Amino acid sequence: MTRVTIDAAGMHYTPLNRRIREAIGAGADEIIITGVMGQRFIADGVRGRATIIIHGIPGGDLGMFMSGPTCIVYGNCDHAPGNTMDGGMIIIHGSAGDAVAHSMRGGKVFVRDTIGYRGGIHMKQYQDKCPVLVIGGEFRSYLGEYMAGGLILALGDPGKNSGKERGIGSGIHGGRIVIRGGPLDDRCLGVGAAQRPLSGEGYREIQPLIKEFADVFSLDPDPLLRDRYTEIVPSSSRPFANKYTWE
Amino acid sequence: MTIGSVPVRFRIVVDDSRCMLCGRCVENCPYDVFKKENDTIHVNSRKCVACHRCIAMCPRDAISIRERPVDYRSHPVWTEEARESIYNQARTGKIILAGMGNAKPYPIIFDSLVLDACQVTNPSIDPLREPMELRTYIGKKPGRLEFRDDGDCQTLVTNLAPNLELATPIMVGHMSYGAISLNAQKSIAMAVRESGTFMGTGEGGLHPSLYPYQDHMIVQVASGRFGVDINYLERGAAIEIKIGQGAKPGIGGHLPGEKVCEDVSSTRMIPLGSDAISPAPHHDIYSIEDLKQLVRSLKEATEWKKPVFVKIAAVHNSAAIAAGIARSSADAVVIDGFRGGTGAAPRVFRDHVGIPIEAAVASVDAKLRSQGIRNEVSIIASGGIRESADVAKVIALGADAVYIGTAALVAMGCRVCGTCYRGLCPWGIATQRPDLVARLDPAVASRNVANLIHAWTLELSELMGAAGINSIESLRGNRDRLRGYLLDESIMRVLDIKPVGA
Repeated sequence: MTRVTIDAAGMHYTPLNRRIREAIGAGADEIIITGVMGQRFIADGVRGRATIIIHGIPGGDLGMFMSGPTCIVYGNCDHAPGNTMDGGMIIIHGSAGDAVAHSMRGGKVFVRDTIGYRGGIHMKQYQDKCPVLVIGGEFRSYLGEYMAGGLILALGDPGKNSGKERGIGSGIHGGRIVIRGGPLDDRCLGVGAAQRPLSGEGYREIQPLIKEFADVFSLDPDPLLRDRYTEIVPSSSRPFANKYTWE
Repeated sequence: MTIGSVPVRFRIVVDDSRCMLCGRCVENCPYDVFKKENDTIHVNSRKCVACHRCIAMCPRDAISIRERPVDYRSHPVWTEEARESIYNQARTGKIILAGMGNAKPYPIIFDSLVLDACQVTNPSIDPLREPMELRTYIGKKPGRLEFRDDGDCQTLVTNLAPNLELATPIMVGHMSYGAISLNAQKSIAMAVRESGTFMGTGEGGLHPSLYPYQDHMIVQVASGRFGVDINYLERGAAIEIKIGQGAKPGIGGHLPGEKVCEDVSSTRMIPLGSDAISPAPHHDIYSIEDLKQLVRSLKEATEWKKPVFVKIAAVHNSAAIAAGIARSSADAVVIDGFRGGTGAAPRVFRDHVGIPIEAAVASVDAKLRSQGIRNEVSIIASGGIRESADVAKVIALGADAVYIGTAALVAMGCRVCGTCYRGLCPWGIATQRPDLVARLDPAVASRNVANLIHAWTLELSELMGAAGINSIESLRGNRDRLRGYLLDESIMRVLDIKPVGA
C-alpha cells in the first residue's frame, strides 16, 4: 500500500488539490492530509479509488463532483460536502453544515453527528446510481427538499427532531427519506411529501446501511436496529403536472 | 356552454383546382389537421398551429392559411389575445404555457439604432481586398502583462487565463437535448465546428454522439444539475452556469416526464418518464459570494483549464449583478434579453418579465468600465438577435459576442409557430418523436446553419468595412458608430449614444 502525507497548513486549496491529484496519479492508495483549516473543494472532481484522510476542518464543497475516492474527515465539515458527487464515499467524524449531499447522484455520505438545513437537497438517482446520505444526529429544516431520487436515512434520537424541523421533503418527487421514530407531526412535512411507517421490506433494505454506519463509527447498532422508522415519500411523482394550460 | 367556441386561430383553405390529392399534407401534419376521405382532403382548421409544414410540402401550392379569419369587435385594450387568455383561464384555472420569445409588440430598440459609414474622410475598407479581423477571444484578459528580462529575450510571466477562440463573434446558445432533438443538436454542432465557433449544450447533458464535437461545445450547469458529472465538465470547451433565462427570468425549468424518453433519460441521468425539475435558484447560491464558490468549484474540478461563463437574464439590476460576476473568477457573463426564446415558459413571464438586451448590454458594459473591470469578463449578448445588423449594434453597445438561438432554428426550418411545448414539432426540431426527428437531416440542416453564420459574418465584415473598421475589437463598445433614431433621451442616456444628426 502506498501512503502519501500532505501537510496542508497554510496551503491554498488549488495547490492542495494538485498534490492530491499527483498522489493519485502516482498510484497512492492512501492520502493523509493534516492541518486542514477551511480549505474548500478538497478532492473536487477527483477520480480513482484512493482513500483520502483529512485531519482538521475542510471548507465548503468537500468531494464536489468526486467520482470514486473515499474521504474520511476527522473533524467537522462546512457546507455541502458531497455536492453533485458522482461516486465514492464521504465519512465525517463530526458535523456538517447546510446542503449536505446537494444534487448528489451516486455514492455515500455518512455524517456521524448533526447536519444543517436542506440536507440531501435534490439528490437524484439513475439506473445503478443511487446516492445515500446517512445522518447520525439531528438535521435542520427542509431535509430532502426537491428530492428526485436516492435515500436519506436519519438515525438521530427521535425525540430531538420530530415536531421541530419543518419542510421535510418539500417538493420531493422521487427517492425516500427514512427517519428514526415517528410518525412526524404532519406540520413538519413539506409540500408534496407524505409519510408512512417503514414497511418490512423497507426495513430490510436499511438494515445493512445501519450496520455499515455503526461499524464505521464504532457505534452499537442494536438500539438503531430495534427502533421503528418512518418513511417520507412523494405524494405524487408529478408535483408540477396539471399546472399549465396551452396558450 | 357558458363561453362556447372561440373563433379559430387559423383558417386553412385547400384549393381544389390545385390539389392533386397526393396526401403529403396528411402525412406531414402531426396535429391531425388533414384527413383524406373519398378523394377529398378534409380540414380541421381548429387544430392548426401555423407551423407551415403542409405548405412547405405541398407540391402544388394548393394550401393557404389565414390568421384570425374571424374578427372580434376591435378594441385597443381588449385585444383578441387578452380576451382569449381570459376564456382559457376561466375554463381551466391554470397558468398559460407558451413557446418561443416575447410576443408583445414592445418597440425593438435595435430598430431605432442606425449604424455609421465613412464618407470622404477616414475612407471605408473593402473586405474583399483587405483583411478583416473578426476573430474573438472570450475570457478574462490580464489587466497588465509582466515580462522577465532574460538578457537576449523577454519571457512572459503573467499567467494567462484560458480563452475560447471564435472565428466569428456569433455562437449558438444553449438549447438542451430534450428541448430540441438530437438531430437538431447534431446539426448545430456540425455547423459550429465548421464555422470555428461554439454552441451550448443546455441543461440536458451531452449525448455520446456529440462527443466528436465537444471541443466546440459549452456545457451547462443549471440548478437541476442534470447530466452533470466530471466526465461532462471535462469534455466541454467551456462551462456555463445558468442562473437565469431571458424568456422566464426568476423561475426554473420543467421538462415534463412525457419528453423524458430513453435517450433523454440517459443524458440527463434521470429515470425514464420522470419529470426533470430545475428549481428557480441553485441550492448552493444565495449570494454573489456563493456564486463565486460555484464558479471556483467548477474551475477547481477542471484544474483551471476551462473558462467558466455565468448566464443571467436581463433584469433591472443586471449591471450590478454583472459587476459581482466579474469579481467571481468567472470568465464571461452571458446576458439573455427579454426576447430570448424558450421551448416552454409561462406566458406571463415570457411577455412581461425582464428588459431588452440592448439596454442590458449597454448598462453592463458601462458599469464594468466604470469599475475598471471590463477586462475581467467577456460579455455575450443573447435574446432576439435576428440579423447581422443586430450583431453589429449589440457589439457596438459593448458586447464581445452573441448567442443566437431562434435564428439557428429558423435556419433549420422552424417557422416560429411557438408550439414547441407540445413536443410535436413537424420540422423535427422541438420534438423527441422518432418519426418527426427523422425529418431533420443533420447533413442538410448543418449546412443551413453554417450558411447563416457565414452570411452574417460576411455582412458584419461589410458593415465594419463601410465604417472604416478592420477589427471587431474596434467596433466593441464603439457607441460613436451608433445613433438613436426617434429614441427618447432617457433611453439614449442608458445606451450612451447620440441622436441622429448629432
